[in-house]
Amino acid sequence: MSARQNILNKLRNSLTGTTPVPDNFDEVLVTQPWTYTPEQRIPQLRKLMEAVHTEIHLSTEQDWPALLAQLVTDRQLPSLLIAPTTAHGQKVTAHWERNPGLAPLKAYNRPVEEWKAELFNDTPASLTTTLGAIAATGSLIMWPTPEEPRLMSLVPPVHFALLKASEIRDNFYQVQQEMNWAAGMPTNALLVSGPSKTADIEQVLAYGAHGPKDLVVLILEDA
Amino acid sequence: MSELFYNAVPNATRVAPPLPTPRQYPSHKPRKVYLFGTCVVDLFFPEAGMDAIHLIEREGIAVDYPQGQSCCGQPAYTSGYTDQAREVARSQLALFAEDYPVVVPSGSCAGMLREHYEDLFKDEPETLLKVHALADRTFELTEFLLFVCKVQFKDSGAPVKVALHTSCSARREMNTHLHGREMLAQLSNVERIDHSHESECCGFGGTFSVRMPDISGAMVADKTRSLIETGAHQVLTADCGCLMNINGSLEKQKQALRGQHLASFLWQRTGGQQ
Amino acid sequence: MSASTLIPTVAIEEDFRERAHEALADTQLRNNFRSAMDSLMTKRAASFSDAHEREHLRALGNAVRARALSKLPDLLQQLEANLTRNGVQVHWAETVDQANEIVMSIARRRSARQVIKGKSMVSEEMEMNHVLGAQGIECLESDMGEYIVQLDNEKPSHIIMPAIHKNAGQVADLFHEKLGVDYTKDVDQLIQIGRRVLRQKFFEADIGVSGVNFAVAETGTLLLVENEGNGRMSTTVPPVHIAVTGIEKVVENLRDVVPLLSLLTRSALGQPITTYVNMISGPRKPGELDGPEEVHLVLLDNGRSQAFADSELRQTLNCIRCGACMNHCPVYTRIGGHAYGEVYPGPIGAIITPHMVGLAKVPDHPSASSLCGACGEVCPVKIPIPALLRRLREENVKAPDASPRIMRGQGSKYSRKERLVWNMWARLNSSPTLYRVFLKAATRLRGLTPSNVGPWTQNHSAPKPAARSLHDMAREHLAKKSGDPR
Repeated sequence: MSARQNILNKLRNSLTGTTPVPDNFDEVLVTQPWTYTPEQRIPQLRKLMEAVHTEIHLSTEQDWPALLAQLVTDRQLPSLLIAPTTAHGQKVTAHWERNPGLAPLKAYNRPVEEWKAELFNDTPASLTTTLGAIAATGSLIMWPTPEEPRLMSLVPPVHFALLKASEIRDNFYQVQQEMNWAAGMPTNALLVSGPSKTADIEQVLAYGAHGPKDLVVLILEDA
Repeated sequence: MSELFYNAVPNATRVAPPLPTPRQYPSHKPRKVYLFGTCVVDLFFPEAGMDAIHLIEREGIAVDYPQGQSCCGQPAYTSGYTDQAREVARSQLALFAEDYPVVVPSGSCAGMLREHYEDLFKDEPETLLKVHALADRTFELTEFLLFVCKVQFKDSGAPVKVALHTSCSARREMNTHLHGREMLAQLSNVERIDHSHESECCGFGGTFSVRMPDISGAMVADKTRSLIETGAHQVLTADCGCLMNINGSLEKQKQALRGQHLASFLWQRTGGQQ
Repeated sequence: MSASTLIPTVAIEEDFRERAHEALADTQLRNNFRSAMDSLMTKRAASFSDAHEREHLRALGNAVRARALSKLPDLLQQLEANLTRNGVQVHWAETVDQANEIVMSIARRRSARQVIKGKSMVSEEMEMNHVLGAQGIECLESDMGEYIVQLDNEKPSHIIMPAIHKNAGQVADLFHEKLGVDYTKDVDQLIQIGRRVLRQKFFEADIGVSGVNFAVAETGTLLLVENEGNGRMSTTVPPVHIAVTGIEKVVENLRDVVPLLSLLTRSALGQPITTYVNMISGPRKPGELDGPEEVHLVLLDNGRSQAFADSELRQTLNCIRCGACMNHCPVYTRIGGHAYGEVYPGPIGAIITPHMVGLAKVPDHPSASSLCGACGEVCPVKIPIPALLRRLREENVKAPDASPRIMRGQGSKYSRKERLVWNMWARLNSSPTLYRVFLKAATRLRGLTPSNVGPWTQNHSAPKPAARSLHDMAREHLAKKSGDPR
């Protein structure tokens, strides 16, 4: 008999004559302490994210490309990786075209195998969108897509993320329910709550372990 | 609460019992109580047992001390000798059969009666009825004085600094640490000082102290140092296992500080004669 | 003369006793652990400042885990079906040998030379690094703490913070010696060195290995938490991702993760959430530009089904591997993780290891505790750890031919002599006459108490019985009161 069969048989034998524990999931407990008014959401998100060294800027639909350009220039970043086919990617391309002299844009538009070394060694920063955020835990929600792949928010040491204020939700339970995650999950879904960190050496907190050292969030207040 | 799963299929997956509700205490003082002295008090700190009796009698309550009592069974139980523990527990059950409260000058023994006798007799539904009835009327001494007798102590002693150590099972099963603090707060000349790592185990753990003497020794060394560092004149505890452990260590270290059972301290501070 | 002197101390497994003894004498180690555990306890307490919310959340966590265990075989099948539908290859292993074979066969098929690991305690059960290494495959740890201990040829000493037994100076020495970098004690610089070395390894690896924090049956999803990013690296960059986990890690619904995730991060490090929560539901799909081509899940039993078979011991499997129990354990704080000598240290180690390796291999695990209950008080899924330790002690001292057979190695601490002593103790304490005779003797002969009573007097002055027992004093007192001259 296979290992699978042996294991399942053992478990089944152990449960002979029993009935499952009923599902008394306490929805109120995981939502009520973690519910905010609209005015509280951004402050709550900022409080938690900034506590772990996230850089947060408030902007608008109109202004963010210019803000992004400024942030890239201020940091003297040699280039910026974008997903050119996305709406926000196109906005960046357009702004960059209108403002020559900005650091060159790179496109993540082919399988990683074709340019892995460059991604790892010569891609200092990236821009991605988000699916929203969770105020209770200070987390960005990301569902990478073919247009905006997973490694964009992981490999470059600086990660710029666009967040629409209207997409900030209260808690993880609410997110799952409203977005019906249970109906089907993508290849990869992420909650990102700050730049990479570790306290593995003597409990001393250090940022920039393996993931990005800098997470910069642009909150679009009117979006 | 545990009636729920003891009636269930024996191999059913267990869910933790519901969160406990605060204990309801009788609204009147009883006329009579049993004293369950505990084996350690019996042999090593009988004066603590006598002071417990004095404190109760001063409340106008008669004390019955069944001479047949011995031990709650905990040492065997925690060592894995469940049958032996059950044998001893059964004999104690028979001795405290009347419907009087059972007052215990030890949080860990009170906890054994209230929380663990259930486990010992889980396969004996009829005995379980007796066990539940007994558990319902079992009180740790401080708890009994505070919430059943509603004592308001007057301090007649000189100013003194004390440190209070509470046994782990007393703390976790009976909330004795809170009762001890509340009790001491009634004494105006007593200053209670928290010691560092106050809630940490003193290292007694019954047979643990002889099975793992290296580790236990390290724990009691830390506990005694922490108690000494408070500058207290006196260590108090409501549990004689801890008292034996802490005093034994202090004595071996040739320290001046000593511990005393809370019952004796209370009796002396509130004008009780020896 | 006390009952404790009558208990013959059965010879304790030398290894554990020796290791504990050494650890207790190591001041540096004790200081490192004491300050680390204090810090972790404070963080957890701050994170759970609302007692009502905390206790109800623990109850919910317990209920969610119990529900999953009550349906475990069905959920495992559902998990497998959904993962398979998502393109993940599911493998089953009863033993660590089988699990290693599965990993090796994947490695061989892919001609893998380099494996990079995210954090996985199950891979420690498998001794995967060693097994792969013996086959000439480099298996490197990428979690900073795991990387540090691997570099020093050590095992992790804590399940969340593997290098917690080291201070910055020790890490500085290690990096300087093993990596040839300039000596620096600056933690930021040390982390950057680790980042640089490991970045290259993520880049090169043929296979990435990870654990799983929660496997969701409803959606066929593997959920991983981390702060560093090495988990995401290991599960995204290499062309193959192998996840290894215990069979008990499955939860029924995606929403079940919500309370468990909150309990996990707050109990472990006092964080509202980890930097990354990574939910993987399949390999790279057509059109996607990155992610592994192959994703595998290895489901490992390794003794869990033994715990599962007994309704009381089954609760051991509630564990979500947060580490709070060891953070609060006064024994673990003083002897550290290595003294336990096995993969899982501390209270959870004491209750799970006997199922994984048999009680005969770790006969002292159940006794390495004063039953103080600090662990049970903080366990986010309300495992009744002290009760399980006591239960394991009971199994440990059963006669070797006792039935039913609950556990491998049952009766490994059986001692006829010890059993006889406890039988006598029971007889003594159940017979009022015998007990009173004993009391009389003990109090009368108190002057004869030897000054050395073995293990007790190692740490205490010799205990001396009182001159009169409470039985005696109480009888006299109560007789006077009732006017009855007895």
